[in-house]
Amino acid sequence: MLYVSSLLRIKLSRWDGLALFVVITGLTLLIWGSREMTVPFTGTEPLPLSLDPIHLPYYALRTTLRMFFALFLSLLFSFVYASIAAKNKKAELILVPLLDILQSVPILGFLSITVTGFMVLFPGSLLGVECASVFAIFTSQAWNMTFSLYQSFISIPKELTEVASLYQLSPWRRYWRLEVPYAIPQLLWNMMMSVSGGWFFVVASEAITVSGHTILLPGIGSYIALASQQESIQAIFYAILTMLLVILLYDQLLFKPLLAWSDKFKAELTAHEQLPSSWVLTMIRRAKLFQILNIVWFWLMGGLDKVLQGLSLHISKLEKDHEQIYKLINKILTFSFFLFILFVFIFYGVQAYAYIFFEIPFEEVQHVCFLALMTLIRVVTLCAFASLIWVPIGVMVGLNGPLASRLQPWVQFMAAFPANLFFPIVVIVIIKYHLVPDIWLSPLMILGTQWYILFNVIGGASSIPFDFQEVTTNFHVKGWLRWKKLYLPGIAPAYITGLITAAGGSWNASIVAEYVSWGNQTIEAAGVGAYIAAATAAGDKPRILLGVVVLSCFVLILNRIFWRPLYLYTTTRYRLD
Amino acid sequence: MAQDLLTLNDISKWYGTSPKTTLVLDHIQLSVRENEFVVILGKSGCGKSTLLRIIAGLIKPNEGGVLYQGKEFTSLSPRIAMVFQSHALFPWLNVLENVELGLEALDLTPHQCRRRALEAIDLIGLDGYESAYPKELSGGMRQRVGFARALVVNPDILLLDEPFSALDVLTADNIRNDLMELWIEKRIPTKAIIMVSHNVMEAVELANRLVILGHEPGRIVKEIDVPLMYPRDETSRHFSQLVDNVYTTLMIPTELPSSLKKGAVAKTIIGMDYRLPAVSIHKLQGLMDALLETPYHGKADIFALAESENLSAKDSLPLFETLELLEFAHISKGDIELTNSGKALCKADILERKKVFAYHLMRHIPLAKHIYHVLQDLPRQRAPKERFMKEQEQLMPSEEAHRNLSIIIDWGRYAELFAYNTQSDILSLENPQVEELEQPS
Repeated sequence: MLYVSSLLRIKLSRWDGLALFVVITGLTLLIWGSREMTVPFTGTEPLPLSLDPIHLPYYALRTTLRMFFALFLSLLFSFVYASIAAKNKKAELILVPLLDILQSVPILGFLSITVTGFMVLFPGSLLGVECASVFAIFTSQAWNMTFSLYQSFISIPKELTEVASLYQLSPWRRYWRLEVPYAIPQLLWNMMMSVSGGWFFVVASEAITVSGHTILLPGIGSYIALASQQESIQAIFYAILTMLLVILLYDQLLFKPLLAWSDKFKAELTAHEQLPSSWVLTMIRRAKLFQILNIVWFWLMGGLDKVLQGLSLHISKLEKDHEQIYKLINKILTFSFFLFILFVFIFYGVQAYAYIFFEIPFEEVQHVCFLALMTLIRVVTLCAFASLIWVPIGVMVGLNGPLASRLQPWVQFMAAFPANLFFPIVVIVIIKYHLVPDIWLSPLMILGTQWYILFNVIGGASSIPFDFQEVTTNFHVKGWLRWKKLYLPGIAPAYITGLITAAGGSWNASIVAEYVSWGNQTIEAAGVGAYIAAATAAGDKPRILLGVVVLSCFVLILNRIFWRPLYLYTTTRYRLD
Repeated sequence: MAQDLLTLNDISKWYGTSPKTTLVLDHIQLSVRENEFVVILGKSGCGKSTLLRIIAGLIKPNEGGVLYQGKEFTSLSPRIAMVFQSHALFPWLNVLENVELGLEALDLTPHQCRRRALEAIDLIGLDGYESAYPKELSGGMRQRVGFARALVVNPDILLLDEPFSALDVLTADNIRNDLMELWIEKRIPTKAIIMVSHNVMEAVELANRLVILGHEPGRIVKEIDVPLMYPRDETSRHFSQLVDNVYTTLMIPTELPSSLKKGAVAKTIIGMDYRLPAVSIHKLQGLMDALLETPYHGKADIFALAESENLSAKDSLPLFETLELLEFAHISKGDIELTNSGKALCKADILERKKVFAYHLMRHIPLAKHIYHVLQDLPRQRAPKERFMKEQEQLMPSEEAHRNLSIIIDWGRYAELFAYNTQSDILSLENPQVEELEQPS
């Protein structure tokens, strides 16, 4: 009460002015932008789109909103999915491998397959296409976040769960007081990584091809697509600049404050020397507006908590009193769930099989496998090249502490920057000098994901204890021997993590990187990505499906037989503690 | 006479399906009366923490039950609270919220919750830190929060799971004294305290009654009443006699009750299923060297030796056990005496030492002998670790099997009996000629 009365004697600070401005602007943009997503649309007429840079802020807003909705959906999905997977041992058996499979499906493949479905869902409205785009972005983020959340849920320290049991926290409280807080830091980190990967797909998924013709959703990605079509280099630079600003704003307004806030959830019990700070969080904590909102929020949540706490206790009691019935219900539910999954798999499996093999001769299937092999060779070569360049640089930077901490945010930023914005520039060069696309289109695949290698190597190198360096200096270990004995083993786990991310990203990028156009010219490299892209452009569904299935299988198998064992090996063999 | 507050009725606990191989607790029968401070002592891995969790209701025993004032209770009870070794505080809740967490199940109004939490914080001396987060606090302060969270529920029985072992000596002493003050002056309504510990000094200082658990499987070896008045004087003769007594009991191998008999040499014959003590060879030799030198000249009171070498019971017991196992020393009546070979080992140079060690390993540790012979019989004299792991898993839970193998590998490597490659997990004979090992004079 004292709190509210002191608030009534309002004495505004500069934080209040800022807060008011931020909130009102944010709300207006959100509502306006969202309304524009549902304008009527029949699927054939082109949407008004202009290369005039004056429209760019609006396009940026649309792109940002798509990202925002996708992020929200991903969060929702990961909480539901990860909770079920972590709590139900039987469901876990299916859900975790399923997630593994989903993770290996190329994101733009989802887009090509689902867009018609979404359009049917919302006839006569743009919402269908918007949903397809948001869904593609969602698929680029959700699996990762879900895995992180699931991992956190199953690795909660035993003592903490014992405390929760000992003091009889209801399942509801246990979830919100123990499980979710414990998972937050890791989830947030994954969310940041997912979003930075997501920008690539926002841009790529705005120009959607449906049965042969392209729908350009208002957004930066479409702006770029239009610019390539009209061969306007100037417009491309405008787009790059806008994207830069958008990512900076996203970081400042969303992730910096979240990161600063989440610091208290870190389970390690040592205080950090340097606490992350954010002006937005300071604003939220200081401004009266947010304090009032905070009180309202806590009041609402307190009410909700009370109701659900009661409910949760009630259910626990029922569960205990009617253990037999509860077990029976549980069994029936699990059984029907398994049956459902089985049905879905068989039904769609048979359908997809029939779909592909009735339309496509077996020789072509073999050919697609060959194309996938080509893409594989590209991915491997590029990863090797990127490593050759970035590993030495990353180690040098990482060993120089101050330089590393100054450069790291920029590298992170580069990773977030959608590399497909640069594609047209490379394409111009290729066309102008008549370069072989099979070779020169390849670097596009790793343009955006190479930063993960650099980023992780810097991180790995800066965590090599100084003692080790002193020892090698002391024994006059120099040159190559020093690299072999100290630096390479020292960065191995981090480097492999970066390499896995980079390789995964390259597979995903192949769909846009192997098949590009400038003006009327389309150039393509031989690869499964180009195959999918070409099939999408032609609206040839069976071939899209075939390409996606082959690509997914390749990624899945590679993960199983190569990356996972390698990762396990390096993390156990070269761990520094 | 105070009535039985808590009765452990014939409790057995095993992991897996059969009690034969993985028995952790073997028919534990124990009563705790009102106003008792019981300390359960035992070597690490004897199941004392498991026993405490069974009392708390966190783990269900396979056989037997826990009776509270003569009645069975199956579910967790707010009448029981526990303090954890690792504090187990929620890092994202501040001190007040952490303490309030203990009251979750009590159905109080928020106002009552707050009042009781503040009282508990006051009681344990954390005034002024209500809004601090655990990571801002020192280890000692964190454990005080742990105590406050347990005491806030006004438990009838307070369970302590080695609450002082993660703290430095002074801090531990400080909190111990505060707790004893609350307990002796009856400022807390707690009717009994049960603590698990491996620190003999601490146990004798605090307990009314000591319960000593042997291991493999955990069973009560001895109960010792401590009739001394609080506060106890560590330097008194009575006190040190008790400490001696406890040490000796802890040292007696549980397999052979006959060795309790007064005999000069209690020779223990162990099998392949023996849980080897995890000790570093270098510590072992350090201890032997100290034993050989002045003032001991080969024979010492085990407690005094541990004290002078700055070893806690947790560290010293496995060392003594190893010395006895390898017959480098004999222990009787709380004294340890180096054997001739023990003395020889101390006087030898590095290479010689390894030979002596290898000889004793082959002779007294069946597992070492077994591995050596298996390797020798194989054509390439090498075998994957997996092979021995499987054998050990027949005899004990896989965690312990793993531990046992690591220990024997460590010893075997030192003794140069066999070599081990961590990457390929392959054991091989270091040097095929070692078989003609002879006892060096």
